[in-house]
Amino acid sequence: MTLTLPSASPTAAPLQPQGWLRYLSFSTDHKVIGLQYLVCSFIFYLVGGALAGAIRTELLTPISDFLPRETYNEVLTLHGTVMIFLWIVPVVNGAFGNYLIPFYVGARDMAFPRLNAVAFWLIPPAGLLLISSYFIASAAQSGWTAYPPLSLTTPATGQIIWILSVLLLGGSSIFGGINFIATILKLRRPGLKLMQLPMYCWAMLGTSILVVLSTPVLAGTLVLLSFDIIAHTGFFNPALGGNAVVYQHLFWFYSHPAVYIMVLPAFGLVSEILPVHARKPLFGYTTMVYSIMGIVFLGLIVWAHHMFTSGTPPWMRLFFTIATAFIAVPTGIKFFNWLATLWGGKIALNSAMLFSCGFILNFVFGGITGVALAQVPFDIHVHDTYFVVGHFHYIVYGGTVFVIFASIYHWYPKVTGRLMNEPLGRLHVLLTFVGFNLCFAPQHWMGLNGMPRRVAEYDPQFELINQVSSVGALLMAISTLPFLVNVVLSAFRGEPAGDNPWNALTPEWLTTSPPPVENWHGEAPLVHEPYGYGVEPGALSLAATSGREIWAVGDPERKS
Amino acid sequence: MTSLSSNPDQRQGALDAHGAEHAGADHHGDYRMFGLATFLVADGMTFAGFFAAYLTFRAVNPLPSGSTYELELLLPTLNTVILLVSSFTFHRAGAALRQNDTDRCQRWLLITAALGFSFLAGQMKEYFSLPFGLTDNLFASTFYAITGFHGLHVTLGGLMILIVWWQSRNGGRVRSGDHFPLEAAELYWHFVDGIWVVLYGILYLL
Ligand code: HEM
Ligand SMILES: [Cu+2]
Repeated sequence: MTLTLPSASPTAAPLQPQGWLRYLSFSTDHKVIGLQYLVCSFIFYLVGGALAGAIRTELLTPISDFLPRETYNEVLTLHGTVMIFLWIVPVVNGAFGNYLIPFYVGARDMAFPRLNAVAFWLIPPAGLLLISSYFIASAAQSGWTAYPPLSLTTPATGQIIWILSVLLLGGSSIFGGINFIATILKLRRPGLKLMQLPMYCWAMLGTSILVVLSTPVLAGTLVLLSFDIIAHTGFFNPALGGNAVVYQHLFWFYSHPAVYIMVLPAFGLVSEILPVHARKPLFGYTTMVYSIMGIVFLGLIVWAHHMFTSGTPPWMRLFFTIATAFIAVPTGIKFFNWLATLWGGKIALNSAMLFSCGFILNFVFGGITGVALAQVPFDIHVHDTYFVVGHFHYIVYGGTVFVIFASIYHWYPKVTGRLMNEPLGRLHVLLTFVGFNLCFAPQHWMGLNGMPRRVAEYDPQFELINQVSSVGALLMAISTLPFLVNVVLSAFRGEPAGDNPWNALTPEWLTTSPPPVENWHGEAPLVHEPYGYGVEPGALSLAATSGREIWAVGDPERKS
Repeated sequence: MTSLSSNPDQRQGALDAHGAEHAGADHHGDYRMFGLATFLVADGMTFAGFFAAYLTFRAVNPLPSGSTYELELLLPTLNTVILLVSSFTFHRAGAALRQNDTDRCQRWLLITAALGFSFLAGQMKEYFSLPFGLTDNLFASTFYAITGFHGLHVTLGGLMILIVWWQSRNGGRVRSGDHFPLEAAELYWHFVDGIWVVLYGILYLL
């Protein structure tokens, strides 16, 4: 049996610009594309954050005084759409996925590098199109869910631009998903087995399966919705004999999996970060893999828990309540695996670790409110109230965004060769954690007491608590400043990190920082045990050590 | 073992020896076909969404009086046969290519393209003879949306066949030994046929 390793191509990526210009080019280098995703999405994050600021400012008072009502609706719609489709999804999938997955499978690039570049370059125009709709006509006003008949009665131009933009972003996401599946399943370095892959690969495989299965359904649905708007068909228009609830079913068939598209990659990323900074193997690797696949399967059959108040028949309520409750099982397994990974570890309380711990805390809270929301008798009271807003921000912000920051602190030295500043990083953690909880914890109370979501005006009894929430939002905005300063200054003045400052074992650390164009100067290392931390060196068989000895060399206490 | 260098190159010897045990578990086959198949799964999900919508509409949304879900069967049945035969002829084209008989492959390709375009012509004829238009009722809209989306796929497939035919000429890419364009177009064509069979069952027979 011959062993063919992916060889470096003889001419290193011809016709590709070098230097910083390549970040503005149609580069096919997966690392360049990953960073393109990261920076581009972060810019959209700032836009989405400014929109959130406008929302929280309006909600300082019970009356609509800061923004006209229609503008409020536009701002709200843009905020949700930008944050989901232009920030969270592209970052946890596109940015980290493109940067890390080829390393993890021992490849020199993704399976389809050109498709990869196309997928990225769909994003900036789609985002600009979406935002420009606010200036050229009026932006869509029907929320990120675009439920008909609301989306049929609000101004058409903005809604059509919204649909176009989401279709482009959906296409980008599907191309990315196909690429990840092919890369993980087909491009693995010979000798590397599936069950030896770092956990993020499994997370991205599961996520990409969801992307490929569910995003096309959203695309088809939005095309039908655009027919309703432009051609006056009546698919979802009850006035023309159509059925608005069918839209909800199709929409949530995508959008519940979409919440896992936003959070599964984050699960994968923390699973990489925790073992490194706790110096322990990832606990329960196999159960983790099965949990991810269980979440993928269950995630596809729980969508109607968003529709308990849409006249769903009793059997449907029963089925979707039970299915949703079941999802708590694999999710709980992962949660306890992370705790067990930390248990008794030599924990380094750096910014990456602190953000990861913040993730665990916030996520478990959001998960618990999620299980509560899945219970029909409870949900019909709090559906479409601020309780739901609280729930999903604990997941997407407290969960995913915390992990994004943890990942930036963790992989920054790999990308730049320099460490980020720790005191500034911890200030960032502190401000974000306090600001986030101050902003969103009170929203559960608002919802339980009956404040509806998506409104610019509310009952005066909620004034004080809304102001508390807005102060939290202000803190979150401020927390971005130390982060930005840190990222920029560390790039020039940061402490040089060396190739492997964390003494990590996963393959991206077994090369230079920053890595060369095709990832390794020599051949790709074969890492059988990406989490072999803390095992007595003598207990290892030589053949299975790749990478592990690096840790042993780097850790003076373990030198024996 | 602490003396082992962190330089991956120097470690390679031990690794190679070990890796060889597992080689064969995964060869780098042609993953472009795999990528295409994944894309077709996605594409199929779009149709699945449309079919689910159609079936739900049909189950719960009564049509205005005077309109029905009934359709003429003769032409669409003929069209079904045409598409099925075209799948067969495409298969023959592929078989001919694998035997390096590119001329015969080209003939089968032309026949396949002709069948594809006559399917489209039949579809047009049906559209013009139908008693309802796009916005007449829920069934009409769904019918045109689904068959139109499928027709778009057939059109694309027909163009692909012509391109592959062009690439099989003397000096073309396919004749020079790269079979990927033909295999990709063939997989796609079978997929579009399969979708039609389901569509025919759901929209016409049910
Ligand atoms: C894992 C990450 C999760 C994310 C990203 C997430 C996100 C979301 C989002 C965005 C919404 C609101 C959608 C809208 O109406 O605009 C929502 C609602 C909901 N979530 Fe989650 N969620 C997650 C986990 C869970 C879990 C684990 C459960 C239950 C076990 C759950 C149950 C629900 C329910 C029942 C609703 C509907 C509430 C209502 O509208 O009345 N979620 N979630
Ligand atoms: Cu859900």
